[in-house]
Amino acid sequence: MKMPAPDIAILAKKAEIVRALKKLVPGDAVIAEDSALVPYESDGLSAYRQTPLAVVLPETTQQVSAVLAWCQAHGVKVVPRGAGTSLSGGALPLTDGIILGLAKFNRILEVDYENRCAVVQPGVTNLAITGAVQADGFYYAPDPSSQIACTIGGNVAENSGGVHCLKYGLTTNNLLGCEIVLMDGEIVRIGGRGYDAAGYDLLGVVAGSEGLLGVVTEVTVRLLPTPQAARALLLGFPSVEAAGATVADIIAAGIIPAGLEMMDKPAIVAAEAFVAAGYPVAAEALLIVELDGPEAECAELAGHVKALAQARGADFIRVSRDEAERLRFWAGRKAAFPAVGRIAPDYYCMDGTIPRRQLPQVLTRIYEMAADYGLGVANVFHAGDGNLHPLILYDADQAGQLERAEAFGADILKLCVAVGGVLTGEHGVGVEKRDLMGEMFDETDLACQQRVKCAFDPDGLLNPGKVFPVLHRCAELGRVHVHRGKVAFPELPRF
Amino acid sequence: MLDEAARLLTPTTPEEVLEIVAEAAAATRRIEVIGGGTKRGVGRVERPDVALSLAGLDAVVDYAPEELVLTARPGARLKDLEKLVGSEGQMLAFEPPKLAKLLGSKGEPTLGGALAANLSGPRRIRAGAARDHLLGFAGVSGRAESFKAGGKVVKNVTGYDLAKLMAGSWGTLAVMTEVTIKVLPKPKTEASLLIFGLEDRRAVQAMAAAMNAPVDVSGAAHLPTAIAARAPLKAEMAVTALRIEGFERSVAARVDSLTGALRPFGRVERLDAKLSRGFWGQVREVEVFHKEPRPLWRVSVPPASGWRVGEALAHEVLYDWAGGLIWAPAEDAQAVRSAARAAGGHATLWRGETRGPAFDPLEGPLAALSARVKAAFDPHGVLNPGRLGN
Repeated sequence: MKMPAPDIAILAKKAEIVRALKKLVPGDAVIAEDSALVPYESDGLSAYRQTPLAVVLPETTQQVSAVLAWCQAHGVKVVPRGAGTSLSGGALPLTDGIILGLAKFNRILEVDYENRCAVVQPGVTNLAITGAVQADGFYYAPDPSSQIACTIGGNVAENSGGVHCLKYGLTTNNLLGCEIVLMDGEIVRIGGRGYDAAGYDLLGVVAGSEGLLGVVTEVTVRLLPTPQAARALLLGFPSVEAAGATVADIIAAGIIPAGLEMMDKPAIVAAEAFVAAGYPVAAEALLIVELDGPEAECAELAGHVKALAQARGADFIRVSRDEAERLRFWAGRKAAFPAVGRIAPDYYCMDGTIPRRQLPQVLTRIYEMAADYGLGVANVFHAGDGNLHPLILYDADQAGQLERAEAFGADILKLCVAVGGVLTGEHGVGVEKRDLMGEMFDETDLACQQRVKCAFDPDGLLNPGKVFPVLHRCAELGRVHVHRGKVAFPELPRF
Repeated sequence: MLDEAARLLTPTTPEEVLEIVAEAAAATRRIEVIGGGTKRGVGRVERPDVALSLAGLDAVVDYAPEELVLTARPGARLKDLEKLVGSEGQMLAFEPPKLAKLLGSKGEPTLGGALAANLSGPRRIRAGAARDHLLGFAGVSGRAESFKAGGKVVKNVTGYDLAKLMAGSWGTLAVMTEVTIKVLPKPKTEASLLIFGLEDRRAVQAMAAAMNAPVDVSGAAHLPTAIAARAPLKAEMAVTALRIEGFERSVAARVDSLTGALRPFGRVERLDAKLSRGFWGQVREVEVFHKEPRPLWRVSVPPASGWRVGEALAHEVLYDWAGGLIWAPAEDAQAVRSAARAAGGHATLWRGETRGPAFDPLEGPLAALSARVKAAFDPHGVLNPGRLGN
């Protein structure tokens, strides 16, 4: 993966830049010694590493504003960072840019039950929001698997999902407002506590913008009352097709489960060996179906789902009898990544979405490609919304394996797009899928997106090198369009 | 209000839309973009040279019920789409209001129009707004470029979520030529609970109590005494209503637990599925104000503050979204705007004439940023100029 060539002039001015930044934030909030920069070299996509010029850890919106304004004035690039758990390299540093870490923005500012929302700082972890309100019977719905560590600011940047997003939506569907600081230091408040904000839905475009539009300094999230009950079913099938058909039947029956997960045989075996969750290791595919709501609803729908699974030939059926058992059913799925990490020295997690009906063909093709590349693969799948996570197994210490894993991953994502899906369902484009954007979008599509970037950050200093395969100067984008100058529909009435 | 001299063009393919916009962009002509034309009176398009109707782009491109996804041209009529997805036991979960009667239009509301206005019905409090259901689109920007964004699957974070920008942009950024939306299973049944005689503030508290109970309330509306007395309800007292939808047994269980939660607010009565459907239909279509002669405003505020708007306007308002959406007739634009702002929200004129812009002007850095976003898509102001006041 190639990152933009660093600006030599900026590298040469490191000491001067660090001195200037130390005047904008408390002195110890600027980290510049090489040894202290090591923890910031990469994010959750640890195959890629770069040392940043410096790390700045501001504490207030005004400090963020001052740092950004200074960087803009001096042409210094900025990479915002929450907890650094991105799986797509969204927070990968630039050698000629600073990391702007939001870790000190760690307070829950207000909980407003009357409007069912919480106002929080971006460095608050996803799980801490629920932690602050659960005693009162509320929770924050999006639950990315890194929720113990990942921050809400990062969730906004990545539009994070989780296992419950088929029913409860992604981050973008659970936001009411935010405060962002633009690259020029301007502080903008978007949305509020009401349902419909005035003007363009800028909140909607900031969510999932991967830190390229602005630095989020405050977030207002929607809170939901905790469902009365939840129940999970474990369903083992002799074929992927039967499991896929059961998923379609559940949806067709009008049931939107809170969670609907699928694992293939390699993933089942790895998870069972790791946590002994009671998974059927002989099954070709496993479904975990979670139902939530009033007890009466859970009981009725669990019976219904069970019958649908039986009709499709499920030969292993368990319904959780209590909370401990429900959590045990999930333990294997939640530990799937580390479990796979035990059967291979390294793994590479992909994140495409496909139309669900394509699942059997796509999995067959993935297994064929695995054989061609000589690498193992295990698949976990948010089956309800078609979000596939193939885990490619490799050994970075063996020459050429990382490159083969990357090529295999790229082929999987191209396949996802080819069958009508998309490159990324929840992990983001980052640097990882940047060069694949052309598979989904043509030049005009990308120019339209980059012009939005220009509206927020005309000098392109905020997180450059991510998302877009080609960096354009904003002035160039204005000239991309050249109309062909032909009247193609002479029969149409004219002005 | 409408410029009758503007010529009406009705393209039938995305390529024709591109040609029309290209010619207009080249000559800096001004296009008024319309779907079924029902909401033409909302906001003022300044001196359009031509009206571009999407009524001829009305096909359903793909509907895969098992994928919960529908792709259609923007001119597809809501009425037809609701019938289509209804035949598969599904629905447009954001419950788009038609509002044609309210706005005195004989046009047929379209999917594109509902999305462009980000128009959502009572279920918005549970299922999200139109913007939450728009997964992707293709369109033509004011630069006369055909482009697409988003995808045709329910979960996607590839590239900027430009679909969100289109929703609620009132055709000022691009002309959509294809849209993909999420559809969801239709509830098997529904029921509503009614409480009578509550003051606005108390009613908002009752609605908050219902929303804060784990019963998935999918409608929360309040009609103060003067409004409840009007047709079609003709009730003698203020009416506060809460809707529950889902599977039979679940609805029964949740109605029981909600009845308990509402007991502190007074006697609770139950509406069966048929009456409940009728009730929420009239709330969604704002029927109490169909014959109202005064200018009609749509006010969006944090729900808990909704009662303040009603109080400022003599309680002659309809509350939906647990107090977060208020329909208010008022001659005095300033009174509505300041009431909306004082409550932390904004007001839009939906029917009638008044001095000043229909949409509440943005201020400060947000206004500047929004203007730059507009210029990114439509630098010469070709599409619906002036409609949002920009």
